[in-house]
Amino acid sequence: MRKLALNDEILLNIEKPARYIGNEVNSVMKDPEKVDIRFAMCFPDVYEIGMSHLGIQILYDMFNRRQDVWCERVYSPWIDLDKVMREKQIPLFALESQDPIKEFDFLGITIQYEMCYTNILQILDLSGIPIMAADRSENDPIVIGGGPCTYNPEPLADYFDLFYIGEGETVYGELLDAFKLCRKQGGSRRDYLEMAAGIEGIYVPSFYEVSYHEDGTIEDFYPVNPHAAETIKKQLVLDVSNTYYPEAPVVPFIKVTQDRVVLEIQRGCIRGCRFCQAGMLYRPLRERNVKMLKHYASQMLKNTGHEEISLSSLSSSDYSSLKELVTFLIEEFKGKGINISLPSLRIDAFSLDVMEKVQDVRKSSLTFAPEAGSQRMRDVINKGLTEDEILAGAGEAFEGGWNKVKLYFMLGLPYETKEDRRAVAELADKVARRYYEIPKEQRNGKCQITSSTSFFIPKPFTPFQWARMYTNEEYISYAADVKHAFQEQLNKKSLKYHWHDAEVTVLEGIFARGDRRSGAVILEAYRLGCIYDSWSDYFDYEKWLQAFKNTGIDMAFYNLRERSLDERLPWDFIDIGVSKEFLKREWERAKKAEITPNCKRKCAGCGAGKWKGGICIESKN
Amino acid sequence: MKARIKFRKYGVMKFIGHLDVMRYFQKVMRRAEIPIAFTGGCSPHMIMSFAQPLGVGLTSDGEYLDIELSSPVSREKAIKQMNQVMVEGMEVTDFTEISDDKKSSGMTITAAASYKVFLLASGENSDNRIHIPVKWRESCPHFLEEKEIFMWKKTKKSEKEVDIRPLIYDMRADEESIFLFLAAGSGQNLKPDLVMRAFLSYMGIDFHEKMPPFHYHRIDLYAEEKNTKAFISLSDTGV
Repeated sequence: MRKLALNDEILLNIEKPARYIGNEVNSVMKDPEKVDIRFAMCFPDVYEIGMSHLGIQILYDMFNRRQDVWCERVYSPWIDLDKVMREKQIPLFALESQDPIKEFDFLGITIQYEMCYTNILQILDLSGIPIMAADRSENDPIVIGGGPCTYNPEPLADYFDLFYIGEGETVYGELLDAFKLCRKQGGSRRDYLEMAAGIEGIYVPSFYEVSYHEDGTIEDFYPVNPHAAETIKKQLVLDVSNTYYPEAPVVPFIKVTQDRVVLEIQRGCIRGCRFCQAGMLYRPLRERNVKMLKHYASQMLKNTGHEEISLSSLSSSDYSSLKELVTFLIEEFKGKGINISLPSLRIDAFSLDVMEKVQDVRKSSLTFAPEAGSQRMRDVINKGLTEDEILAGAGEAFEGGWNKVKLYFMLGLPYETKEDRRAVAELADKVARRYYEIPKEQRNGKCQITSSTSFFIPKPFTPFQWARMYTNEEYISYAADVKHAFQEQLNKKSLKYHWHDAEVTVLEGIFARGDRRSGAVILEAYRLGCIYDSWSDYFDYEKWLQAFKNTGIDMAFYNLRERSLDERLPWDFIDIGVSKEFLKREWERAKKAEITPNCKRKCAGCGAGKWKGGICIESKN
Repeated sequence: MKARIKFRKYGVMKFIGHLDVMRYFQKVMRRAEIPIAFTGGCSPHMIMSFAQPLGVGLTSDGEYLDIELSSPVSREKAIKQMNQVMVEGMEVTDFTEISDDKKSSGMTITAAASYKVFLLASGENSDNRIHIPVKWRESCPHFLEEKEIFMWKKTKKSEKEVDIRPLIYDMRADEESIFLFLAAGSGQNLKPDLVMRAFLSYMGIDFHEKMPPFHYHRIDLYAEEKNTKAFISLSDTGV
């Protein structure tokens, strides 16, 4: 019978014990004696969030196809269990075997957002693995970081042995084979890290040093080990139709955030929005073959028993066989009680027709993401969406029976003025006016236009990577500008406005573009008790301010200055394909509010073409 | 056509609550390709109902859910297909056709439940069981001689004092465990831990709100036969 790391008394006195018992449908059990490598795959947040992540499901499946590897899962224990584990000194364990993480060969941590950084330290700490990579011994697992935040790994450099930069499907095999070879040869931890540093896409932070100018900017960043490369090349899968994808993902017992089959239809994006990091990192656009997607949709639904399937990608409307795929899903599964949930699609006749088939029009709301209120600002960010298009889309939706619309915007964008902020409210009002143009007897009561703003955070590898951010107080005043403008609108009774918190924005900004020195704040904040910072109930800004004070790290240096184009940026050693020259050109065009056509219309020469894949090599119309 | 599924819940699955067990079985139906019927309307859902929820921490050999089938399926095939997609700790043990009459649903007819109560060396491990003290074993018949047993019973809305004696149909103990036969179902329902609480108080054992560690195991659920008033197992109520 299955043995658990936690006893009954603990499990019956914490929230949702199902988070910690494993045993889920499609989870993989192996005999630890019959594998060479034990790999613990971690998402440093609570189970329900971690289990909703597609990347881990892909890698879990890929690793476990190897007979010599057993890949297991581990998530952050929730606050209640965290306390018990510390009191009773119970080491953190993997869900499948329930064995302590410290006994594993690898601990792989996916790093999806900056506000999980203290949870990474929690994972290491509860596992009994030294938090500083430099303090780890031969018996400690190799701690690997992956995921979008590793495109600027520097704030976390002291806590990881190595980072895997890019898509996981490519060189993990090599990395694991090197481990077996190293062990066979009786190599040390350092020997292994040197072997790993020789693999494309692998960054071993301890093999590099940084020197700084007097003003605090980076003077130089250089390898200090002969095995370490000057630049690290991002990994990407060129043929996304013939690669790893799980046919039988793990099915949680409890309701998780993404409680459905997730079908990733493509990677990358043609749009080139200047604020969007994913849009640059994952270039070029690579579509999965529709035949493959149909096969996986059927298999995954059958093997999980999920009652819902959701398509996933950036800008899904650009997927060339979308109509064929969606029609197939509706015809094949709608009659079997399977819900089809669509990602945010461009609002046009096709998407409205589909939505009418798969949703209850009266209950559902339509979402638009104009991102900025004024046309000038939408051109600055290269959103490629005009006011006419927004109003036409909304009009079609209203005539189709919808009366609820959600609008998403950003504030604090480069070159934004008070007028641009007021335009958020004005656009929302225009959408409402469009609704009331419909004759009273044909419309469905009042409309409800809900607008939300978040504060823009400049991210590495985007044209806005040089932009300055603002203070907490400034952000709040920006939201106030919008709020006041809303109160002046004609249809204000049909308009709602929400804005996101600014304190988290400030911290995210610091770590998004932080350097090695900024990592000390994370450890200090953790020591002061910060954890689960992405959960508003647990986020404690005062403690973070204290951590900055204690470490002497200046928030303004990271957030409040516009970086000069010749400054050496902490992430410059990573090659994502998209060139710094292109990003500079785009930054200049943004200044002039000039738009750049998308990849399908005209190649902008961003540099991603050097990978020789996806849209870059397909014939262009 | 309607069918009643009987299943066991044991091992680590005792930590999965009732709502999640319902979700689990919905997914089982799809994975096992059981031809279950759906309700109409714009958000169709499976026609499925559970006889009686089982609390977190309890194990059971007698759990039941009723489903409506859109086409017939044989008992053997249904059991085999479901068990092929089960996890450790869940096992389908029976599948019987039942009457289409709403009045015969498991939820409606459940009238009693039987339990085994184990005394544990510590609350940490429900497999580490110790003998039931002789004094307890001897006290059971005397406890049942009580005319009324008032206990505070929590409901969803309030807490009130009720006489639980009429809801205890039988209680006896041997070395291994205490056997309880209690009212259950949507009408009158008595949870086994409330009985143990009353029993310990009756014996003058002072437990200051913290009960000695017990493990509760449900043996079966029963319906009351109309004519004889006898209790019969829900698995014997098929057509």
